[in-house]
Amino acid sequence: MVRGAHDVKRPPLPTEASFTSPLRDERLTARIGTWLGIAFGLCFLTGLLSHWYYLYDAPFFPPVRPVWGYRVTQGVHVLSGTAAIPLLLVKLWSVYPKLFGEVPVGHLRALAINLAEKASIAVLVAASIFELVTGLANSAQWYPWSFSFRPTHYAVAWIAIGSLIVHIAVKLPIIRGAYAAPLPEPDAESSGLLLEPRVEPGGQEASNPLPGQPRRGPSRRTILRTAFLASGVAVLAAAGNTVPFLRRISVFAVRTGEGPQGVPINRSAQAAGVTSSVTDTTFRLTLAHGDKEVTLSRADLEAMTQRTHHLPIACVEGWSASATWTGVRLSELLGLVDAPTDANVKVRSLQKRGAFGVTEIPASFAQDSLTLLALKLNGDDLTLDHGFPCRLIAPNRPGVFQTKWVTRMEVLA
Amino acid sequence: MRTRLLLGAVGVLAGAFGALRFLQLDFPDIVNAVLWLAGGVALHDAVIAPLTVGLTVLATRVVPEEWRTRVTVALIVLVTVTVTAIPVLGRFGARPDNPTILPRDYLAGWLVFAAVVAVCTLLARPVSQRLHGGRRKRVSRSPG
Repeated sequence: MVRGAHDVKRPPLPTEASFTSPLRDERLTARIGTWLGIAFGLCFLTGLLSHWYYLYDAPFFPPVRPVWGYRVTQGVHVLSGTAAIPLLLVKLWSVYPKLFGEVPVGHLRALAINLAEKASIAVLVAASIFELVTGLANSAQWYPWSFSFRPTHYAVAWIAIGSLIVHIAVKLPIIRGAYAAPLPEPDAESSGLLLEPRVEPGGQEASNPLPGQPRRGPSRRTILRTAFLASGVAVLAAAGNTVPFLRRISVFAVRTGEGPQGVPINRSAQAAGVTSSVTDTTFRLTLAHGDKEVTLSRADLEAMTQRTHHLPIACVEGWSASATWTGVRLSELLGLVDAPTDANVKVRSLQKRGAFGVTEIPASFAQDSLTLLALKLNGDDLTLDHGFPCRLIAPNRPGVFQTKWVTRMEVLA
Repeated sequence: MRTRLLLGAVGVLAGAFGALRFLQLDFPDIVNAVLWLAGGVALHDAVIAPLTVGLTVLATRVVPEEWRTRVTVALIVLVTVTVTAIPVLGRFGARPDNPTILPRDYLAGWLVFAAVVAVCTLLARPVSQRLHGGRRKRVSRSPG
């Protein structure tokens, strides 16, 4: 009989038992999982906070103080996500053999439970990777997908955190057991005494070059500490985005805190479709409240009382920088059209491209004594890229709401 | 058991809320996002994880035993931190009209980072050996 192609022996698919490293152990997985869970929790909560800052129709708005609030929470959001990446990779490595776990085909009930658990894990892993990948790319202003980032990242964040909580509920006995289980002596473990001999795929013990001697290699404790180390290094390498004293050592920071007039730029005038035809003489700012309208030139704005405040600009991508802004207090401008102090204000930009050309500033921010319609940045007139002729700068707000090239403000009352 | 049920219920509710928000996205967005959701898992489970296993098996054959711990530590740090640097190393978000995005030489930064990891790996050897010597003495003194 002629041997058909289908008779050729194919290597069998691996099973859970094919993976023999004693490093993969619930004691390690539970501990990495705990810290990964903390990073995810922190990332989720600060993400919710950021989402709240973006809402126009919230029952109440974020506070105006501290001025650095969003700077810190969004910095924590991006950095906790960054910290989670090495932890997630090591965590997934530690449980990878479970992907090949036996499926109980014979028992219907066991099969249903098994498949339900596999599905919930698939959702958790998919949502986790998705959130970290999209968040990391977004922090570097890279958008290789076609979906709208913010609503999608927000929806999948709830799926990730929900499936994570379900996962913790399912695994709670294992987690408890892992923490209760005795740990080897640090000395014994780090000198390799813990490691059982490696088993080759064929089932035979790997030949040990020194019979009777333990094999040397990393211990579980070393893997755990290395995951923490990698996570910490990843954070340090990115944190200069927002932490001034780390700017020099953060070799992977998307921003250096530097730029024209000492501040980075998120969207240039060119990208926003704002041309240099916006000059001193032609520009007019219109303030509107019902039928009442006031039109001001930049010279008119310069003639008003100028105030100087030191305020950070903090963007959703996780970068931030402090600067000194000089301009007219927004509440005094709004007073020219008798705006009520409890009225929100619609702010229109000259920008023709990109989101947030029209934004809304809540009354609490519009009336705050620190909120300026800035004309100068760090002592010099704003450059076009920084929003010339005038831009908003308010305490504790995401950068996209610090509207540049402001041309019209409408009091919503 | 009550804790677990309660926790599970909270998780299902949060996940259901997310699923609802997800399904309210525009249909083309849903299709594209599902591709990215599935793609991430596929990339890890079918490419990254098998590659890691393969390289580990290879490394256990190639790397001498006394080097294994150090090499493992170095590779975990090097590879996982490099993953977090993919968007800046590729400079995918760079724009000609805005030099304040991605202003660094990230490749040079990565080389410095890799060099620091390599130096630490080399220096860790004598330090670790001295520690091991100390430990052996302690182990031999302890009653069997």
